[in-house]
Formats: sequence, C-alpha cells, structure tokens
Amino acid sequence: MAKKAPISLVKSTLSATASGDAELVRNPGMALDLQHLDKIRVNKSAVVRRCAGYGARRSIKKQQQAAWLLKAISLIDLTTLSGDDTEDRVKRLCSKAKQPVGMALQRQLGIEAMNLSTAAVCVYHEMLGAACESLAGSGLHLAAVSTGFPAGLSPLPLRIAEIEYSVAAGADEIDIVISRRHVLEGNWQALYDEVKAFRKACGPAHLKTILATGELGNLANVAKASMVCMMAGADFIKTSTGKETENATLVVSLVMVRMIREYFLLTGFYIGFKPAGGVSDSKTALLYMTMMQEELGRRWLEPDLFRFGASSLLGDIERQLDHYDSGNYSAAYRHAIA
Amino acid sequence: MTLIQEFDQLNYSQALESDAEAQAWLQSKGRRFGHYINGAFVSAADAQLIDVTNPATGKVLAQIEAATSAQVDQAIASAREAQPSWFSGGGLGRAKVLYALARNLQKYARLTAVLETLDNGKPIRESRDADIPLAIRHFYHHAGWAKLQHQELPNHGPVGVAAQIIPWNFPLLMLAWKVAPAIAMGNAIVIKPAQQTPLTAMLFAQICHESGVPAGVVNIINGAGETGASLAVHNGVDKVAFTGSTAVGRAIRLATAGQGKKLTLELGGKSAFIVFEDADLDAAVEGLVDSIWFNQGEVCCAGSRLLVQAPIAKQLHAKLKLRMQQLRTGSPMDKSIDVGSLVSQQQFERVATMVSEGLQAGGEVFQTQSIDAPQNYYPPTLITGVDTSHPLVQEEIFGPVLVSMTFRTQAEAISLANNSRYGLAASVWSESINRTMDVAPKIEAGVVWINCHNQFDAACGFGGVKESGFGREGGKEGLYEYLKPTGLTPMTYPLSSTDITIVSPALNGTDSIDRTLKFYVGGKQVRPDSGHSQACYNHDASVAAIVGVGNRKDIRNAVSSALKSSSWTKNSAHGRAQVIYFLAENLSLREGEWLERLQAVCGYTLAQAQAEFDAAIACLFTYAGWCDKYDGAAHNAPYQGVTLALPEARGVIGMVAPSNQPLSSTIALIAPAIAMGNRVVLVTSERYPSIALELVQVLETSDIPAGVVNLVAGPQADLSKHLAGHGEVDALWCWADSETNKSVEQASGTDLKTTWTHVDADRDWADPLQSEGLEFLRQATNVKNIWTPYGD
Repeated sequence: MAKKAPISLVKSTLSATASGDAELVRNPGMALDLQHLDKIRVNKSAVVRRCAGYGARRSIKKQQQAAWLLKAISLIDLTTLSGDDTEDRVKRLCSKAKQPVGMALQRQLGIEAMNLSTAAVCVYHEMLGAACESLAGSGLHLAAVSTGFPAGLSPLPLRIAEIEYSVAAGADEIDIVISRRHVLEGNWQALYDEVKAFRKACGPAHLKTILATGELGNLANVAKASMVCMMAGADFIKTSTGKETENATLVVSLVMVRMIREYFLLTGFYIGFKPAGGVSDSKTALLYMTMMQEELGRRWLEPDLFRFGASSLLGDIERQLDHYDSGNYSAAYRHAIA
Repeated sequence: MTLIQEFDQLNYSQALESDAEAQAWLQSKGRRFGHYINGAFVSAADAQLIDVTNPATGKVLAQIEAATSAQVDQAIASAREAQPSWFSGGGLGRAKVLYALARNLQKYARLTAVLETLDNGKPIRESRDADIPLAIRHFYHHAGWAKLQHQELPNHGPVGVAAQIIPWNFPLLMLAWKVAPAIAMGNAIVIKPAQQTPLTAMLFAQICHESGVPAGVVNIINGAGETGASLAVHNGVDKVAFTGSTAVGRAIRLATAGQGKKLTLELGGKSAFIVFEDADLDAAVEGLVDSIWFNQGEVCCAGSRLLVQAPIAKQLHAKLKLRMQQLRTGSPMDKSIDVGSLVSQQQFERVATMVSEGLQAGGEVFQTQSIDAPQNYYPPTLITGVDTSHPLVQEEIFGPVLVSMTFRTQAEAISLANNSRYGLAASVWSESINRTMDVAPKIEAGVVWINCHNQFDAACGFGGVKESGFGREGGKEGLYEYLKPTGLTPMTYPLSSTDITIVSPALNGTDSIDRTLKFYVGGKQVRPDSGHSQACYNHDASVAAIVGVGNRKDIRNAVSSALKSSSWTKNSAHGRAQVIYFLAENLSLREGEWLERLQAVCGYTLAQAQAEFDAAIACLFTYAGWCDKYDGAAHNAPYQGVTLALPEARGVIGMVAPSNQPLSSTIALIAPAIAMGNRVVLVTSERYPSIALELVQVLETSDIPAGVVNLVAGPQADLSKHLAGHGEVDALWCWADSETNKSVEQASGTDLKTTWTHVDADRDWADPLQSEGLEFLRQATNVKNIWTPYGD
C-alpha cells in the first residue's frame, strides 16, 4: 500500500492511535529540491519555547508512565561503541537487549506475554559477528555504525565498502555519518549524492543518517541537512554519534521532527527519528516521546519510526519500573547491566 | 485498563491538581467574603450577596458581599488617611513591604494558583506557570522602584488615592499590575476585583495583612459593576485605573470627565498576528497557540486577527489545522490540557452567539470538537474566508476564536493591521530583521512582539493606543501613571491686570496700518471659515489686532493638514533639532519687536517682557537639544532577547493654550510636541490670540514644513470640543476652565484619545522647572515596547 497521502488524509494519519500498522513502504527518496531547501526557516527562540512546553503541558504518571516506559524500552537501540568493545561484552549487551527487564519484575508487572525486547542492538562492524550470533532468531534488529564513524572522513569508496561489508556481515540497519563539511560549505548536492550512494550500498538494510547536529553550526543547517538526507533516501534521521561535545537535545530534535513532518506532507513517506547521546534517564525519554506524539502522532511511537540511541537509559527505566511496582526506589546493582 | 493495553494506547494521564487545600481555605473563611478596609476584614450581616462560581463545574465556591456606598466611603477615607505617612515613611520602608508581599505570595503560590483556576476556569498550568509567577515578579520589580524612587523620579510625588478596577481574565496578575506600582510610588489604593473572580484578591488581602502593609494602604472591596462605577466617580479619588472592556472604559471616561482625576484605561483589542512568507511557519503556528489559545483567548492582547501573506496562507492554515487537533480541551485542573473553561456561562454564550451570528455574514469555520461540550469549554476555532468588513474581524470576541485574512505586500499588511479601532498589541513573524524592524514601528499598538506573542514582564510597559485605551503598566513609564509633578506654582499674571470689555467687531480707529491676523493652517495664512473677526486688545484697551473667529471647519482643515504632514514624524531627530534651533534663531532676531509687543499686549515691564522672551528662547533650545536624546530604553527582561521601549510620536496633538504668559506658554506646548515628531493644532489663548498668531511670521521663515504647526483662534470652549471629538487627533492637551476640561474629556470618549487637562494658569511658564522637561516629552510620546528574542 503506497503511503502517498494527500493533505486531507494527513489529519487522520498524524493523529492515528492505532499501532502495528502494516509494514511501511520505504522512502525511495526524491530529486534534490534546492528551492524547497531555500525556503526553510528556523527560529531558535520559538523552538526553545515550544520545547519547554512538552513537560509542562502533558502529564504521564503512574500506570501510563509505566506503559510509556515499557514502550521506551521497545524503542531503544541498545548501543556500545567503545574502543574496548569485545565479543563477550557485545554478547552481554545482546542478552540484555533480548531481555531488558528482569523476569521477576516482568512477572510483577504482568507483562511476560509482551516478549519485551529493545528494538535493536547497535555496534561497530567488527562486533557484528558476535551480535549476529547472539541475536539469531530473536527478531531484534542489528545496527552497525558505518562510513568512518564517528568523523566520516575516510575515503568515500572505503566508506561505501564499509556499508557493504556490514550488510554482508548481517546488519539490517546501517547508521552512517554524513560529511559535516558538505553542510558547513552549503554543498547540498554533495551531501545528497553521498547519502544516495550510501543508500544504494545499503540494499535492503535500512539507512539511518547521523547528522552530528552538534557540529552543524545552527538549526537551519540541521533542518536543511535533515531534508537533504530524506530526499536522498534515508529511512531514519538521527541526531548524533554520541561522540560530539553536544549530542541529542530536545531543541535539535524538534527541528528534525518538523522536517520529517514536512517531508511527509511533501511526499507521503514516513521517515523515522533517532535521538542519540544524551537521553539517559526516564524523564528525558518521556519528553522525547511526548514531542513525537504531539508533533507527529501516535504512529511515530513505534520502533519502525522512532528509536532511542542509548546505553544507560535502559538501567534508569528499569529502576523506574521497579519503583512503579514496589513504591521504593531501587538500586542500580539490583538490575542486570548491559 | 491493563498495562499491556496502556502500552498499545499510550494515553496521557489525567493529572488533576488537588483542590483540597483551596477548598479548606475557602471553608475556613466560611465561603463568604466581605471587604478589606483599613487593615481589617469587614462584613455586614445584611449585605447583598453575589455567588462566585467555578465555571468548570457550575458549583458555587463562595459568596461575596456587594459593598455599600458607606463601605466605599470608608475604604476611600482609610486610604486617604493612610497615604501621607505611607509616602513620607520613605522608599526603603515601602520597598521592604513590597518585598515581603512578593515573598509571601511565593509562599502561597500553590494555593493561589489553584484558587485562580477554580475561580476563573483557566488551566492550572497557566495559573501556575504564568499568572502567579508574573504577579510575584511584579512585586519584586516594584520593590526596587520604591527604593529608587527618590533618585530616579525626582520632582514627582504620589497622586494620592487610586481607585483600581480589574477584570476577571487574569485576576491576581491584574491586581499585581495595579497595586504594585501604585503603592511603590507612595499612593494608597482601593481596588475592586471582578465579581466573577474575587478569590485571589481576598487571599491577597490576607497576605497584605501578614506582610506588614499598613492599615488603609491597600483596601479591597467587592461588588459588581455599580460598585466599580461608584468607586471611579468618588470625589475622594485622585486617580482611576481600569482594565476591562472598551465599553466600560468609555463609561468611566465619561463619568469621570471634569473631575480632575488621572486616568489609565487598558481596554479591548483585536491584535494582529502578521506572518510573512519568510517566517518559520512552525514557529508561527506555536505562536498562535500562545496567542489565541492562551487563557481560552480571554486575553485583551490575544492575536485574534491572523494576517498571512498570500503565498503561504494555504500552507499555514494546513499546519494550523493539524496543530489544533493536538490541542486538548478539558478540566482546568488537569495538567494535561491546553484549553480550559470560559470564565462563565454568560461568557460562553456571548462567544458562541457572536460566532454563530457572525458566520451568517460568511466565512468557513474549523473546530476540532463540538461546541456542545460541557463546562463552558468553547473549542479552539479558526475562521477563514472573511475580510475586513466582517463582524468577526472587526469586533473583539474574547474567546478562543481566530479569524484569518491574507495580504499581498508588507505595506498592505501594515494597513490591514492598523485598520482597527483598537491598538493594543501585534506580533510580526519573519526571519528578516530588515522586515521586522521596519514593520514594528509602523504598527499602531503599544506592544509589538517579534516572532513571539503574549510575552510579559514587569520591566516592560504594557498598554494600548486608540480605543485600546491609554497609559502604561509596567516599566518606568508605568510608574508615572501613579505620580504627579510637584512644585507647580499657580500663576495668574498677567491675567488680572486689566479687565477689558471686548466689543465685536471692534474698529476703534488707530493711525497704524490695519493688522488682521489670519490663522495658520497647512503652512499658509488662511481666513476664518466663518468670515467673522474680532478685535483683541492691548493692555491699555487699545486694539492690538483683528483676529478671525474660528469654527469647526477651521479645526477640521487644520487637522487635515496636520495629518498630511506625516513626513515630519519620519524626519530624523537631528533634522527636527535643526528646525527648532532655526526657529529660536529667527525668533531672537525679532527680539526688539517682541519685547515691545509683550509690553503692549500684556502690560509687562521691560524686565518682565525680557524674562518671558528669554524663557521662550531657552525653551526652544531645550527641546532642540532633547530631539535626539529622548531615546527610550533597552529592557533586560528574563528571556533571551531584548525589549526595546521606544518613545514614538503620538501623531496629531490638539492643544488648547493657557491664558497666562502667552508667548512662553505657546512655545512650551508646541516645542516638545514637534521635537518628538508630532504635528500640532493649537487653539490660541482667548485673551491673547495675537501673540500666538504673530509667531506665524517666525514659523514661516524657519523651515517648518507645512502642516506641522497649525494655529486657530476663537472660542476655546467650542473649538476644544471639536478637537477632542475629532477621530484623527491622537491626543489633546488642554489648559482651560473646568467646564472646558470637562467637555473635552467627555468629547474624548468618542475615540478614547489621551487627554492631558489642566486648570488654566496652573503654573509659571517662565520657570523651566514647571514648563519644560520630561513630563512634556512623555506626553508628546507613547512608549512602544518591541520584544525581540534572538538566537540561531
């Protein structure tokens, strides 16, 4: 079913409450539209004001909070991207991803039937083998960061080859980094061509484009880079590598999410969003989810359209769930680490 | 619902704020409130009672007593009694009390917020995050002004007793806006909250009690419109400050006309929300949420007229409609809602009727829910397909209803924005600093927000122009509304020196060439429309000159030419200074002639004539100097941005000249007005018309553009009424007898223009402390606050 939605349908689409829709048609991209790019305006103070409203205007408490936090778990790309990663470390991460909440707590909450897991595991290429093995049959996605992550400054053929290697090694999601210099130099054609080439290299694997928003200078650049990546065929746009000095913030996220809405209105295709780096507690995660709900609607709170790139978020959520269940704040050591 | 079902649905929680504490407080007061007079809570067993209802439930929260006229008298008398020592106790003492009020309000913040929401129906989030913090900030800010008054506001003292009447839309915040500056400056007040929403005022009375406010400084009386009316017209009141509807504001203007009271009116609006094609449209959509769906649209400065540039109109409307579907209407006590209850069933019906009747004139309505919702929930509403003549475009709705029109060019946007009886506020949405800073000064409004709407702070003045009223609240400009100049010495000289019987037409033969002085209109000397002339006399009863007798049409022509000379206002301040210096130069060239004339006409000695002439020259130098120095301020409000307080020319100022010291007084009125870029229509002194009219020869040779200064002679009582009633006259300065002042103030009620009335001969125009300075510059300008947030 094509998702080319005229404006009149947007109403019902954006406010849809149903989850588990049929699989989305992948974004094929479109020709680079520089005129559209020229019209993009972002007023930072207005973005900041809006961001202040999510927490103040919407309340998620008690049972709803537990439900939203369980949902948050299902949206996590559980991540390890360290120089000292080893196969054993990655296997442990995968185990945690498959069973993010301890069985005892699951029983307490009555959610065993959910078969809750995170959405994916996200690792460097060299760790794919171990991860693939661990995740076999779990239904979890396996994401590899790629294209010279995190700086993206290795030769283009090598970056493209890196994607192909990772897809061959079992990754079905590829988190690429864009060349920040193309944005800073205003060379949108180069950015478009690069992302398009990455998308081609991905084949069936889904493409997440990391903008590294902390290095793009201003919000208008964030918006334009988001739009170019989507035009070039990105399945997801993602804020950060986690290695910049400033990673995901609500402010840059709102700018990107508004571009997703813009692209949807323009083409009818659904693009996913992934904030990464900096979302490490439950309260912040709920703010992001509220933003998605308010700006894009319920449909964008499913793992095919929204992910948290996070490593420590899960631990905090587990503790919050424990608190919901027991009424007492739990210690970190009581929950299995990833 | 199970956790797994919740997981699928992802609903927000209904997070109801508890009202237990507020109900307990009401219970502890017996759910009945009298008044707070002279530091005590007073109640009368046989009082007439008014129900105070929670509009979201229909339940009666409490009852208030309607004040009797004796109680109004008592409140005013206690204010009068308390005021002198409150002021003479000094700024530090007042600052301490205001600081205590701020601190204690903070301590009661939660109770206050809940009471406000119960009483008014506004979302608890808004009471908690907007109303109450802003009110507290107002007391902090003005605690500072109390301490700084002595240094920063010299030659001014408190007005005395202020009567303050406030509306139901921001009950405590409007109380703070009124009470804080008034008592900071050493006044005592009697305030009447709206009968729909008196509860937080009653809590405030308790806080006053606990904060060491001396008895009588703050008096709070309850009652409906009649109580407010009796308070406003009471003889014991020196100043009336009102916020509310234009209709009631006009009634107060008329009722207090001629009473010699200072008056500020903060009235209705139909503020423009202007979106240019280069705006961040998502930002503009959120701006509209802040603008028209804040406080259910029950906001005087709500951006209720959306003006959108044609190429982006469709896109903006589509985005807006999507956004409207995310707005949640519901129980005001729920933290997860955006829009609560209208203040009363009556208000709900008013809005619903207005919209349904208005739609008969055309227009498409978009609402995301039915208006049949319970609890006075009127849904967010967008109306498109309407134009300037549509009733819903012209009238203030005071509900969550937005009307939208398109424009083609920047010039058209400005003319549409200004095409309103109102002039309270506007917002301008564009990412071009060139455009925003060009448009903001051209909007006829007291507040302009760039890329935001409904931002407020105690440091930034708020108030309107045109039928949105006059006066400012907040900022330094707001303090002057509660001050009056000190040190005026009434000056009748040389009035009473000779009693002259005027005969008309007077042609008692002289051997000099006939002097027939014409009016000065549009840069030309013109004959009176009436064709009548009369003599004016020298001190020795000989004829000084023959002068025309002006009528309504002369006033009309003068205003019309003043209106046309708008380029004077756009002239650079430096350029205006050069003209005024040149005027001084040309006047001084004629010194000898003028000394003779002043002696002959006024009966001055040479020394007296010299003193008055020198005062006139000095005055011109003063305002030539001020031209490029009266600059306004850059306010440091708590946001990332700067608020520019720009003094702007009022436009056309009508003037009724005093009878004493005719040369220096005429100059003292004209010079500050034209220095600030106004154009002037001056009705000359009745006793000495020739003095002003002899100035024509100087004006003509001084490069003053045609129409900037217009002079008409004739009966002041009549001409002043025509000036005051003329819709193109933006302000009226009047020195006249009390009857004329009264008729001027009454006539000004037609368009609620600013009047500045004085008993004739109230000051010595040759004394620069009385005849020159900031007071005149303030009257010659309106402060416009332009909010400019920034960041990239």
